[in-house]
Amino acid sequence: MEDLMKPLQVEKKYFTPGVIVLSLIALNGLVFLAGRFLFGIGAVTNLNNQYPWGIWIGVDVAAGVALAAGGFTTAALGHVMHREKYHAIIRPALLTAMLGYTFVALGVSVDIGRWYYIWHPLVFWNGNSALFEVGICVIMYVTTLYIEFLPIVTERFIGNVRLKSFFSFLNKPLNKFLRILDKGLAKVMFFFIILGVVLSTLHQSSLGTLMIIAGPKMHPLWQTPILPLLFLLSAISVGFPMVIFESLIASKSLGLKPEMEVLSSLGRIVPPILGIYLAFKIGDIVIRGTFVYLLQFNVQSVMFIIEVLFGAIIPLRMFLSETVLKSKILLFIASSLVIFGVLLNRINNFIIAYHPPYSYGAYYPSVGELSVTIGFIALLILAYRLIVINFPVISLPDKQYMIQTKFTIRGSQK
Amino acid sequence: MQKQNRRDFLKTSAILSTAIAGLSTNKTKAKPKEILSEDRMGVLVDTTVCIGCRNCEWACKVAHELPTKPKESYSDRTAFKKLRRPSEGALTVVNEFSNPQNLNIPTDVKVQCMHCDHPSCVSACIVGAMSKEENGSVIWDTDKCIGCRYCMVACPFQVPSFQYDKALNPKIMKCDFCFERTKIGKLPACVEICPVETLTYGPRSELIKIARDKIKHNPDRYIDHIYGENEAGGTSWLYLANQDFAKIAFPNPGDKPMPGTSESIQHGIFAYFVPPVFFYAILGGIMWITKKRKEAE
Ligand code: SF4
Ligand code: SF4
Ligand code: SF4
Repeated sequence: MEDLMKPLQVEKKYFTPGVIVLSLIALNGLVFLAGRFLFGIGAVTNLNNQYPWGIWIGVDVAAGVALAAGGFTTAALGHVMHREKYHAIIRPALLTAMLGYTFVALGVSVDIGRWYYIWHPLVFWNGNSALFEVGICVIMYVTTLYIEFLPIVTERFIGNVRLKSFFSFLNKPLNKFLRILDKGLAKVMFFFIILGVVLSTLHQSSLGTLMIIAGPKMHPLWQTPILPLLFLLSAISVGFPMVIFESLIASKSLGLKPEMEVLSSLGRIVPPILGIYLAFKIGDIVIRGTFVYLLQFNVQSVMFIIEVLFGAIIPLRMFLSETVLKSKILLFIASSLVIFGVLLNRINNFIIAYHPPYSYGAYYPSVGELSVTIGFIALLILAYRLIVINFPVISLPDKQYMIQTKFTIRGSQK
Repeated sequence: MQKQNRRDFLKTSAILSTAIAGLSTNKTKAKPKEILSEDRMGVLVDTTVCIGCRNCEWACKVAHELPTKPKESYSDRTAFKKLRRPSEGALTVVNEFSNPQNLNIPTDVKVQCMHCDHPSCVSACIVGAMSKEENGSVIWDTDKCIGCRYCMVACPFQVPSFQYDKALNPKIMKCDFCFERTKIGKLPACVEICPVETLTYGPRSELIKIARDKIKHNPDRYIDHIYGENEAGGTSWLYLANQDFAKIAFPNPGDKPMPGTSESIQHGIFAYFVPPVFFYAILGGIMWITKKRKEAE
């Protein structure tokens, strides 16, 4: 039965009113981005010597990396543990991870003052620095993700290379080259898949080590030596909710029927992971005795409670319920809550918890910073749509076997 | 197919581990310079002596070729109205506080980079652009820096500043302990110009003895605390005061070297790449076994 589903190009027009709105949002971000490159970081951001990092690091980079965790968690489940059932979701998750990390890299290059030196960490090493470790792993992982995506490209073009007139003599050799590439890739792919999982665990945790060196400048509710572990666990626990979330959105916007069966079983894997994360998170504030800070009423304590309650406890309870797992809308809400929780956690760690000794007032992101961040997200969605329309990423019922009625789709295939 | 896969796996793992062994030896070499010399120099700042003339601010700017107003303008004491911090335009600044012992004579405090013995900025810098030199100075290599500002996040005293208004080649700016001057036997610019004896330049170990002596002989004049002796694991710049350091805007970073925890975690996870390679092998094993099981079905 499963073989009837096959990754195919989604046959849809690219431009819709939604796409046009997204393009405008992206354009707005690009305008501010131009300002940053022409006049310096100070011209478009609220950053200063007390608050050197803002939402470009907290959201674009830290949250971006965490929310792209769906890529390595599904690769581990589908490829390493060979759970064939989940093969349909591997490609979309891979695509999200690939795009997500591409935008993380973009986010880093606009945030660093000397963007043209972004390659320096490859040459100048500092093994003591958590940021160095993150940087190197991210560079390697982005490359790995692109390699993992290559077979999708070869699959699209093998037997389909049709260059026009003058270049037509290239068609045959190109085709041959693609076939060889495809064969070679198939042989070594396992290496890159495992590498991707290892690299992900490494930098997801190193990202947590980042703020440890800030020591007492960080609020004790978040500052803990187990930050790397918390970052890793939260990244793993947000992986599947993120896949569920985007499957539901993509199927809605592309007019497909979501594969609820696969998504519900994915949802069943969430509670144990989320539960472990929650246990460590609570255990940490209990053992270090920092829960006393929750009794004070301030931004930090409120944010911490929101993060844990809405981002972990409530969705954990929801994922444990069969009703939720079977309902599209409830499953969507539960997944969104986990995503919200992890997003908020990264913002909390990098921005809310950070309290420099001589601050003249809190940091708030400027219009420019917000525009760039939101613009990047819009660009990412646009790129996603462009790719699923042009490459076989999303699993659809195979035309050749279009006899059964189980997989009905609304107007996607003519 | 199965055999093929396994052989492939072993072969690739072998290549991987040699590559990584190569990398890790490379890596141990590739750490920033961090010398903790016995004879490192330092400065003892006696805040009870400072008159707040701000000549040191002027001299610092001149020595570092920063734009500055004429020297006379520095006698303007309205600058003390608000707490200032070292910035990209002024690597050292003097702040004024009230003096509990004598309300007529305020307490003036010169601040700049502390030149930590275990500097967070050196440990944190992604490309190793910061270094701790033999004479105690913590300096910065302009050619390496990528402008990530992690050093600013890491510094417990919130010292490094950044040229946010520059689109090209923005720099991290902080006191460099007049590295270029001391190299040729000159005094740091601020020490040289100070008209009273606020600033004493010398080997850090000597300075601590001097500071202890001062406290011992003038117990009414000083509180019994040499700020910088143990703060953040010790700093090259040391301070004496007649009131609690929290009152004159010094943070309390604790006595442990700041980079300790993060470095041990970092090295724990990456100890010669053994844990990652081990993890890789486990995943490879799982992959192989589950595949075999699938095929057996
Ligand atoms: S005070 Fe800050 S900038 Fe200066 S050496 Fe220490 S950590 Fe580095
Ligand atoms: S801003 Fe420059 S000196 Fe500071 S950590 Fe980044 S690369 Fe290093
Ligand atoms: S020059 Fe000396 S006395 Fe004048 S403000 Fe600077 S440290 Fe104080």
